[in-house]
Amino acid sequence: MTLISTIAADRPLLHVDNLTKSYGGRVGCADVGFDLWPGEVLGIVGESGSGKSTLLSCLAGHMAPDQGTVVFETASGPRDVLSLSEPERRRLARTDWAYVHQNPRDGLRMGVSAGGNVGERLMAVGARHYGQIREKASDWLGRVEIDTGRIDDRPSAFSGGMQQRLQIARNLVTGPRLVFMDEPTGGLDVSVQARLLDLLRGLVRQMGLSVIIVTHDLAVVRLLADRLMVMKSGRVVEQGLTDQVLDDPQHAYTQLLVSSVLQV
Amino acid sequence: MIEIRNLSKAFTLHTQGGTVLPVMERASLSVQPGECVGLIGASGSGKSTLMRMIWGNYLAQDGDIRVAGLDLARATPRQIIALRRGTLGYVSQFLRVVPRVPTLQVVAEPLLTLGISPDVAEARAAALLGRLNIPQRLWSLSPTTFSGGEQQRVNIARGFVHPCPVLLLDEPTASLDATNRAVVLDLILQAKAAGAAILGIFHDEGARATVCDRTVDVTQFTPKAA
Ligand SMILES: Nc1ncnc2c1ncn2[C@@H]1O[C@H](COP(=O)(O)OP(=O)(O)OP(=O)(O)O)[C@@H](O)[C@H]1O
Ligand SMILES: Nc1ncnc2c1ncn2[C@@H]1O[C@H](COP(=O)(O)OP(=O)(O)OP(=O)(O)O)[C@@H](O)[C@H]1O
Ligand SMILES: [Mg+2]
Ligand SMILES: [Mg+2]
Repeated sequence: MTLISTIAADRPLLHVDNLTKSYGGRVGCADVGFDLWPGEVLGIVGESGSGKSTLLSCLAGHMAPDQGTVVFETASGPRDVLSLSEPERRRLARTDWAYVHQNPRDGLRMGVSAGGNVGERLMAVGARHYGQIREKASDWLGRVEIDTGRIDDRPSAFSGGMQQRLQIARNLVTGPRLVFMDEPTGGLDVSVQARLLDLLRGLVRQMGLSVIIVTHDLAVVRLLADRLMVMKSGRVVEQGLTDQVLDDPQHAYTQLLVSSVLQV
Repeated sequence: MIEIRNLSKAFTLHTQGGTVLPVMERASLSVQPGECVGLIGASGSGKSTLMRMIWGNYLAQDGDIRVAGLDLARATPRQIIALRRGTLGYVSQFLRVVPRVPTLQVVAEPLLTLGISPDVAEARAAALLGRLNIPQRLWSLSPTTFSGGEQQRVNIARGFVHPCPVLLLDEPTASLDATNRAVVLDLILQAKAAGAAILGIFHDEGARATVCDRTVDVTQFTPKAA
């Protein structure tokens, strides 16, 4: 049966082991480990300060952990992310990865037009034809529901939700293989959030995109994530299939988290 | 296709002083290809719980669950995800969808996930929605605003759009009128004839009589009050 063949063949896209980072005496994240497979969406939930952003930053090489391994399966084989040189890491960040920051200002160039923000990523991977770049930028603005008439406006003139959508367009336009998202739908109204979820699901399905998404919204992870990881005080207290963790949580903290929302 | 041996389940409610709630003890049953088995028993006896353990969103405490050869109690999330993609189907009681996604897409999605082309997927979804009497003018709308019975039929269409060899059905005919109930029973009979192993919960005795080859009373697996 096809089941066996899909499981046997490949290697994880990302292998993480014993990842630990502290800030002086304070725990950022501690002893985190997991595998992420191609086409898989991993959700990370947990209270404020539980280490979600710290973990994501360490995974993407923005921050050096104190300990641990992060192995990414590049087109030319597995590479230890933490031992990459800075130029190598930047190249990976431009081509294979995307990082959607919790605060859109951290992921956008505020002095460059909306179209320029999207086009810049395309140029970084070698696009040169101005007309095509602009056309593609305009297409992606449409996909995240930003009026294409605003392509020449700067993000500083956008609302927080629009900035976030622009950041997402800028990140996805180059067709990355792994997307890190830190609360990507936080400041968005429900309707735009739904549109984005649908867009992401489509990309995961069509392009085999893998996603690690940090969010506090259990309804979002329910609809988007295959697997879920629950963090508390820097540690993973529970991980498993998303609907299993939400419907039959084992850890006291997860039970509290799930029982505190009305219905997911 | 479904083999269950000595399956036990208890919930530990940490938010309620660590109360342990045993809900199932040494449940055993099997379902062969082409067979439909009905779970019966009073409300709260554990029918849905048993079904959810097979689907994998409830963890088994003890015992074995095999579905299409996979040892579910010991399987990795990735293996269960693969099993759910095309082999194990589940029609739950409520529809959960991304808001704003059109009904036709909601129903076609399981096929798209299997790599079937959008044209073929949508054509199959449309045929099934038509058969389940969902008016065509609703296909381009999200099912989130549909009536209970319409949502249930969308959920059924989504569950039947790909012929899964193993199917779990939790009260698929609960809020349907006689005409639509007959359509759903017909879909079940057709899946059975095609060789699917089906485990179902049907409150309506007529429905059970029409589609089930036999029933299993889960009350026998309900732990006696200590
Ligand atoms: N640059 C820093 N210097 C010192 N401590 C930090 C720093 N960044 C984070 N921390 C601490 O590390 C812990 C984890 O923070 P982190 O930002 O990863 O949490 P989070 O789960 O992303 O929270 P939120 O949901 O609020 O975004 C917190 O106790 C935080 O105060
Ligand atoms: N996630 C859960 N956490 C705690 N207890 C649960 C959970 N799910 C089910 N139970 C308990 O397990 C028992 C069996 O419930 P279940 O839903 O399986 O019954 P059922 O036979 O399907 O009933 P009905 O016919 O009313 O649908 C009940 O006592 C229920 O309260
Ligand atoms: Mg954070
Ligand atoms: Mg039930």
